[in-house]
Amino acid sequence: MKLIEGYPEYMMKSIKLVEKKREDNMATPVKPMSMKARDEVLSKYHPDYMKGTKRELKIGIDKGTILYNGIVDLLEARTVIDPKDVDLSKIDYDVDLLVIGGGGAGTVAALFAYDSGVPLEKILIVTKLRHGDANSMMAQGGIQAADRPEDSPSLHYLDIYGGGHFTNKPELARALALDAPGIISWHEELGVMYDRQEDGEFQELSGGGTCRNRMHSCKDYSGMEIMRNIRDKARNLEIPTLEFAPVAELIMDDKGQIAGGVAFNLETMEYHVIRAKATILATGGSGRLHLANYPTTNHYGATGDGLIMAYHAGANLIDLDTIQIHPTGDAYPEPLVGILSTEKIRGLGAIPLNKNGDPFVFPLEPRDVESATFIQECKKGRGIVTPTGMPGVWLDSPMIDIIHGEGTIETKLAGEVRKFKRFGIDMTKHPILVYPTLHYQNGGVEINEKTETKIPGLFAAGEVSGGVHGKNRLMGNSLLDFNVFGRRSGIYAAKYVKKAKIGKLTLNHLDKYNKMLEKANIKPKKSAPIILPEYRGEKAISRALDIF
Amino acid sequence: MAKKQQAILKNQNAKKSKVVEKKPGSVEVFIMGKSYKVPAGLTIMKALEYAGYRYIRGCGCRAGFCGACSTIYRKEDEQKLGFDLACQKVVEDKMYLVQLPFVPATKAEYDIEKIDPKDSTMLEMYPEIARCVSCNTCTKSCPQDIEVMKYIQRAVRGDIKKCAEISFDCIQCGLCAMRCPADIKHYHVSQLARRLRGKYLDPKSKNLANRLKEIDNRKYDNEIEKLIKMDKKEIKEKYKKRKIEAEETGTGGG
Repeated sequence: MKLIEGYPEYMMKSIKLVEKKREDNMATPVKPMSMKARDEVLSKYHPDYMKGTKRELKIGIDKGTILYNGIVDLLEARTVIDPKDVDLSKIDYDVDLLVIGGGGAGTVAALFAYDSGVPLEKILIVTKLRHGDANSMMAQGGIQAADRPEDSPSLHYLDIYGGGHFTNKPELARALALDAPGIISWHEELGVMYDRQEDGEFQELSGGGTCRNRMHSCKDYSGMEIMRNIRDKARNLEIPTLEFAPVAELIMDDKGQIAGGVAFNLETMEYHVIRAKATILATGGSGRLHLANYPTTNHYGATGDGLIMAYHAGANLIDLDTIQIHPTGDAYPEPLVGILSTEKIRGLGAIPLNKNGDPFVFPLEPRDVESATFIQECKKGRGIVTPTGMPGVWLDSPMIDIIHGEGTIETKLAGEVRKFKRFGIDMTKHPILVYPTLHYQNGGVEINEKTETKIPGLFAAGEVSGGVHGKNRLMGNSLLDFNVFGRRSGIYAAKYVKKAKIGKLTLNHLDKYNKMLEKANIKPKKSAPIILPEYRGEKAISRALDIF
Repeated sequence: MAKKQQAILKNQNAKKSKVVEKKPGSVEVFIMGKSYKVPAGLTIMKALEYAGYRYIRGCGCRAGFCGACSTIYRKEDEQKLGFDLACQKVVEDKMYLVQLPFVPATKAEYDIEKIDPKDSTMLEMYPEIARCVSCNTCTKSCPQDIEVMKYIQRAVRGDIKKCAEISFDCIQCGLCAMRCPADIKHYHVSQLARRLRGKYLDPKSKNLANRLKEIDNRKYDNEIEKLIKMDKKEIKEKYKKRKIEAEETGTGGG
């Protein structure tokens, strides 16, 4: 098959239509949808509303609630650790604060716990891969904060709550909106290089579902720039960090408190017993479970471990009957399928178009609505199908340079330009092909304003937690989330540590959980958490032997 | 440089299209010297997984942001070493592959609050940058195509701002530091430059300072409290009627 500037001939023909209609499309934008129209398209085309994607959970504190199949499968699996195999009398790490997860939330938590008086040597960050390997690092578009005079935290609150279909925990949405400007200010102190105007004011763009332009960005490497700064600070302080040693299960004490965790060294296969007065769960999301069979934008380690181990210990989960599919995952070329193209592309003015080059949706609807319209367009035969059978719609990126001046795409979307250039596609000249991809775990372990979970001694922050975003998160609010609630968890856990007294360590809750499975007549074939996804070739797996 | 890349890309595409024609195509790669047949069109990362490798190290975000999967390769009968990210680079026939998941490179430790961003600061914190012989090997080994040598030269001259700007897209994979004959730890050097620029050199936002004062004075507490107490119907109406800036300006803002 011949490729013309990276695209097969038949796709290039469709691009010609896009080009022909570009001027008209820019002059006559599609209006936002009414609430009724939004509900209608969601109910027909979003996986959250489709049959067969979810089922009722049969055991535990949330018994009877509906969750995505892939999560129920793991909650109805055996505990990955058999208490008989672990000797809790030998403690490898005895600390005040255990932070599980070395991404954004975990690192911010550790920094603020230290600020709040927990001594460095009494903090331990444990993480599955390297410090900083997290979805936080990958967030491109930016971070929301209402700091312009024409904006206000109240409007930000309204956007968060409406975007979440009025299902968010209001006190968490309030914390997110009100803490936001303080977080940007903290980033300024750290040295985060935000995009600014010449007078020092931030360049702020719009995101889907936001009523004011309040997205602060660092080119299209916003998450990377924030994560680089907070990690650099943690490294300068030498906060003890254990890499490639994910916690696989939590440890409790005889008083029903969380008292640390059992970490598992991925390379030597040995376990480490960690005793802690307080534990912050910051394990991130679960994109690598590929719920509803979607490809994902997520990090390799995003397997939802935190949900599972917290549930084993008795914490409750909320809003896991929804997933966030991001409208603009890459659909072409094949090696990029599922990878994200940032919402900033639409924020800068690019419009989604069908195969005839016609617009069909306001470019900045909330993510779930925008995604549902893309799926609708493709199901109705107005999408473009790639040579490997992947459907998609165009995102007309060249519009950006027409609106903001030549060179804007190269400077503001450097990462995106680089990504497509590897495959011979020039997004400053041609549109890119996109289709929804699994992006974010809207819900999770329920927390309150102090990031406390139901179980004493267990705090949670970032993507693993639930309640902040309700049933749909808006763009720019996840970078904000891990900063706001990472900070809060560090501060409140530090307070808790001062009074906490740990009793006798136990893993009885795991035995109890496995007995509960038996009683419910569930015969699990697998164990959970799963730690890493399985991507080996079928042939290699089918002939694998476990002999040494 | 750019022309050369284009030529390479063109070449790749030509090969790729050939492969598509004779599908199902496969290519032979050598993972640390050992031969495996894998489907054409896979990234190096997916090719290793296809062959049966399960990653612990050498795999992170799988999207080109984290620098965990730096890979060094040489194609049979080729003189030059290639450097790229396993998650971004597509396998080619007769590629010899090895990953470099960790780089030993000491970072200077500092308290950013106590550093004065002077012309000599970069040299004081990382004296070895003075040893740069301008061989440009760092630039050639960068999978992000950053002009690494250029930003090191800027750091030597005390131009913190420019060093930060040129290095901004660095994913800290460390390939530059592994290749440098002068033992410079480029990616640590530029991290310091960016923090100094962000903290001390870029002008600050007045809007933000004003908003922080307002929040300290609890200006928005009542307003939000009212929204929280509002019944669902009323707040839904309020949400529906709010004016959307992006719609009014016709584009996604400024």
